[in-house]
Amino acid sequence: MSENILDVSDKSFDEDVIKSTLPVLVDFWAPWCGPCKAIGPVIDAMSKDYAGKVKFVKCNVDENQLTPATYGIRAIPTLLFFKDGKKLEQIVGMVDKSKIEEILKKNI
Amino acid sequence: MNNTDYDLVIIGGGPAGLTAAIYAARARLKVVILEKSAPGGQILVTDWIENYPGFPEGLTGSDLVEKMTAQARRFGAEIETNQVLALDVAESVKRLTLNDRVVTTKAVIIATGASPRKLGVAGEESFYGKGISTCATCDAPFFRNSVVAAVGGGDTAVQESIFLTRFAKKVYLIHRRDQLRATRILQERVRENDKIEIIWDSVVTSVNGSESGVESISVKNVKTGDQRDLAVEGCFIWVGILPNTSFLKDTVTLDKGGFVVVNSRMETSVPGVYAAGDVRNTPLRQVATAVGDSAIAAFEAAAYIEAMENH
Repeated sequence: MSENILDVSDKSFDEDVIKSTLPVLVDFWAPWCGPCKAIGPVIDAMSKDYAGKVKFVKCNVDENQLTPATYGIRAIPTLLFFKDGKKLEQIVGMVDKSKIEEILKKNI
Repeated sequence: MNNTDYDLVIIGGGPAGLTAAIYAARARLKVVILEKSAPGGQILVTDWIENYPGFPEGLTGSDLVEKMTAQARRFGAEIETNQVLALDVAESVKRLTLNDRVVTTKAVIIATGASPRKLGVAGEESFYGKGISTCATCDAPFFRNSVVAAVGGGDTAVQESIFLTRFAKKVYLIHRRDQLRATRILQERVRENDKIEIIWDSVVTSVNGSESGVESISVKNVKTGDQRDLAVEGCFIWVGILPNTSFLKDTVTLDKGGFVVVNSRMETSVPGVYAAGDVRNTPLRQVATAVGDSAIAAFEAAAYIEAMENH
C-alpha cells in the first residue's frame, strides 16, 4: 500500500475524515474482496497524482463495522468522497479510473 | 512500418488479455494491455475457480489473476490503466484514442469481455450497493444471518448461491424456468444444500426498500401469474452477461447479441484486428476457453505483423 494512503478505523474516522481540512476519498475494502484488491493499485497511483489536493484513506470493513453501517454500505469496493465533513459522492463496485477522476475533478 | 508506438495493443486485462500478452511478449512483440480499471475482469468476482486445469484444489479468481499478471509482466508485457474511447483500424497503421492521447499500433486484440446483465426492474439501480449486488465474494459477509435472494439459473447463479449460504441463513434462488441450466455437479450441490430454496418459473418484478436498503423483492410466477413479495435484505443478480463492445461502434462486425464475430483464427472483419474470450461469438465462456482463444489470437497477430514487415 502506498505511503500516501492512511488506514482509518471506526475510532479515527471522525478525526481523519470528518474533520479533515482536505477533501477525503475513503476506500472501503476487505481482504476477502477480489475487486478491492485489484483496484488497490489504481487508487494508490491516484493518491500520488492528487497528493496535497485530496486525502486518500482506506477503511477495512472486516475490522471496522460501525463506519460502513453508518453509511449504509452493503457492497465493496465502495468509495465515498467527503468534503467539509459531508459525504458528497458514493461510487459502488469496481469502476473505471476515469469515473473516479471525474468525481475528484468535479469536487476539488 | 516500424514507426508505430506498439506492435500489438490488447484491449482488456482479463484472462484473455493477459494470455495474449504472455504469447505476444514471448514472440518479442512490443505489446501493451490497456485496462480501464485493474487486471482481472469478471473472474475477480468469482469465489472459487475449480474447472481451470492445473489447480486440482481450485483457487480464487484474484489469485489466478495475480499469477497470470505476473507471468505476462515476466516476459515484458506492459499493463497500463487506460481506456480506449475510439478506434480507427481501417488502415494498416491503427490509431486508438485513449483518455489522454492517441497511440498507433500494427495489430489489435479485443479482449474486453462482458459485464453482468441487469434485470431492468424498478429499484435495481437505486439499491445497487444497498442490497443489490453481483459479487457474492465481495458482499456476502454483509448478509450474515440474513435472508437473501439470488436470481438466475446458470453456473454463476448456482455456484455463487452456494457461496452465499456460508453467510446468509436462507437463500431464495429465483429462476425463470422449471430447471436449472447450471452444470450437473453444481445442481447436485444445490439440491443437497438445505439453506437454498429454489423458486421455479419466476421472475423478479421489483426491488423494494427504504433509505437503509433492500427490504423485499416482488416475484411473479410466469406460469400462473401469481405475484408475491419475499422479505429479503439482499438480492444478488446473475442473469447472464452483455459484451463490452459499445466502444467499437462500426469498426468490426458484431453479431445480434453485440459479440464480436471472428473465425477460427480469431480474425475479425478487419485485417489485423482480433478478438478473444467472452467478447467474441463463442458457445462457451470460461477461463479455459478465453486463454485458448488468446493463444491463437496472439499467434495470428504475430504472423500478421511479421508478414506486414516483410512486405
